[in-house]
Amino acid sequence: MLTIAGQEIRSRLLIGTGKFSSPRVMAEAIAASGSQMVTVALRRVDLNDPGDDIMSVLDREKYMFLPNTSGARDAVEAIRLARMARASGGGEWLKLEVTPDPRTLLPDPVETLKATEVLVAEGFKVLPYMNADPILALKLQDAGAAAVMPLGSPIGTNQGILTRFQVAIIIDQARVPVIVDAGLGAPSHAAEAMEMGADAVLVNTAVAVAVDPVRMARAFALAVEAGREAFEAGLGRRRGEAEASSPESGLGFLK
Amino acid sequence: MPEFAELSECVYGCDPAGVDEVLHKERLSLEDLGVLLSPEAGERLPAMAERSAGITAARFGRTIQIYAPLYLSSFCGNRCLYCGFSAENKIERRVLSLEEAEQEALILAGRGIDHLLLVAGEAPARMGVEYLANLAERLRGSFASLSIEVQPLSEDEYRRLFLAGITSVAVYQETYDRKVYEKVHLSGPKSDMAYRLATPARVAGAGMREVGIGALLGLADWRLEGLALGMHLAWLRHRFWRTALTVSFPRMRPAAGGFAPMVNVGERELAQLIFALRIFDPDVGLVLSTREEARLRDGMIGLGPTRYSAGSCTAPGGYSEPGRDGEQFAIGDLRTIDEVCSAIRERDFDPVLKDWDPVFQQMQGGEKVAA
Ligand code: SF4
Repeated sequence: MLTIAGQEIRSRLLIGTGKFSSPRVMAEAIAASGSQMVTVALRRVDLNDPGDDIMSVLDREKYMFLPNTSGARDAVEAIRLARMARASGGGEWLKLEVTPDPRTLLPDPVETLKATEVLVAEGFKVLPYMNADPILALKLQDAGAAAVMPLGSPIGTNQGILTRFQVAIIIDQARVPVIVDAGLGAPSHAAEAMEMGADAVLVNTAVAVAVDPVRMARAFALAVEAGREAFEAGLGRRRGEAEASSPESGLGFLK
Repeated sequence: MPEFAELSECVYGCDPAGVDEVLHKERLSLEDLGVLLSPEAGERLPAMAERSAGITAARFGRTIQIYAPLYLSSFCGNRCLYCGFSAENKIERRVLSLEEAEQEALILAGRGIDHLLLVAGEAPARMGVEYLANLAERLRGSFASLSIEVQPLSEDEYRRLFLAGITSVAVYQETYDRKVYEKVHLSGPKSDMAYRLATPARVAGAGMREVGIGALLGLADWRLEGLALGMHLAWLRHRFWRTALTVSFPRMRPAAGGFAPMVNVGERELAQLIFALRIFDPDVGLVLSTREEARLRDGMIGLGPTRYSAGSCTAPGGYSEPGRDGEQFAIGDLRTIDEVCSAIRERDFDPVLKDWDPVFQQMQGGEKVAA
């Protein structure tokens, strides 16, 4: 079972709530995904208003909400958003997004780290969205992040895990869950992340813009499960190094 | 850390096919390390050597770092059954004055040594933090790096030494087997196993650049010892990512007191342990000291170890007065530093004498690393 900041979470698939054709389709797709944790853009919702388009179709008893700070350009803005969310009942959980470049929406590592430090000190459970930079992942962990969320490829590109080598290092070094976020365009990408040993993946666009989002959500759920199963089962060989080798040739010096 | 005996399932419970499987993995878990330490893996030693050599070349290139130990004191308040410095052994004891220590160090510097390891028994009253800090301040201008292998200290004391110019600390657990640990550490502060086990974390927490760990081979089942070592290594790696890690493989050597090894660790077994740890952790520095004979050390060049001591003497004052007794143990590779370097060059490897610079240290305020 996936555990983040002491909280047990059944499904290793996290779903984003943006970009769906309607709140109803979104709700159905999320239900089909089996996901238990959904991210919600703070700038999109009114947490206080039960009649809010998005909030009204999602059962807050059933889902854990992970408000995100998308739109924040620096640490100050992200911190302000986070405090506001908590004040209006959004809880302590936070997906921290600091993306100063509106074109690529790539995360700002310096501001993300700064905001993490401040928010952790204020008691937030911070899950920072980050570039797949292993040193940054370590620093964010040192700063008290509850998980790290490296990107597979730039947001919305559906390119899959272009950052494979760095993500592998991050997974290797991690002492908090690693959630691969952004760029996962197909269930096979999600399966790949899980096979590599990621603890979870977050998907949004690929589901939201599919011809049939509900079936796509289910497909991702199956892929995540398959990938995790494969990881736990232990994947077979990939490289051909260290074949039997000439019996004792190089070791004659050993008595 | 689990109880020692509990590790045996991991090492003795594997099937031979599992070994090949692990040898082809990109990254290894602790269970996989257990497999590489198994008797079955011992049958696949050439394949392990090949994989280990490949990883070592990719990560360290064709280089071997050279260092030399400087024994400062043979006084010790502990009674460790296996050690020549043990309090109950009747040997001539000596602690070098700061001037004598400096003189010994400069002899080594004159022979080309740039990385110096300061070693002493545990006798804080005769040789405490003040002594080490003063010595470091005297020597820091003459060496690229200074390391210590002395009694465990507090985090604040390590921080003090770091500021004085010490960059790295070696502290071997001797054995991870609690029962054996109690049996061979008869009295003195070292008999507190938990304090010793927590020492590398204090070293790293104090901001030291490098921590060396290891088990003394000859006390307990070396396969389980290797797995426990791997666990310690992985634990440190995950918490102190700014700290470089090294592992040593001291095999028991004849010493005053005449202690006979409780288990025999042969050369093939030592090699298996070295290869297994290299494959498990591609980045860890692996040390093969002059405890081992020249033939073995030469043969191992390129296969896994990355750091050799050379021209060592284990008696305080032994560099100025060759032939004096009072050594901690007898060494196995008696060649001079030059001879060791030539042997390394003959195998197409570069003996690296300087791989650090004290200038890094000047910028440091003993950075606090979050645990
Ligand atoms: S092993 Fe170390 S602590 Fe034990 S007797 Fe020898 S010098 Fe002293």
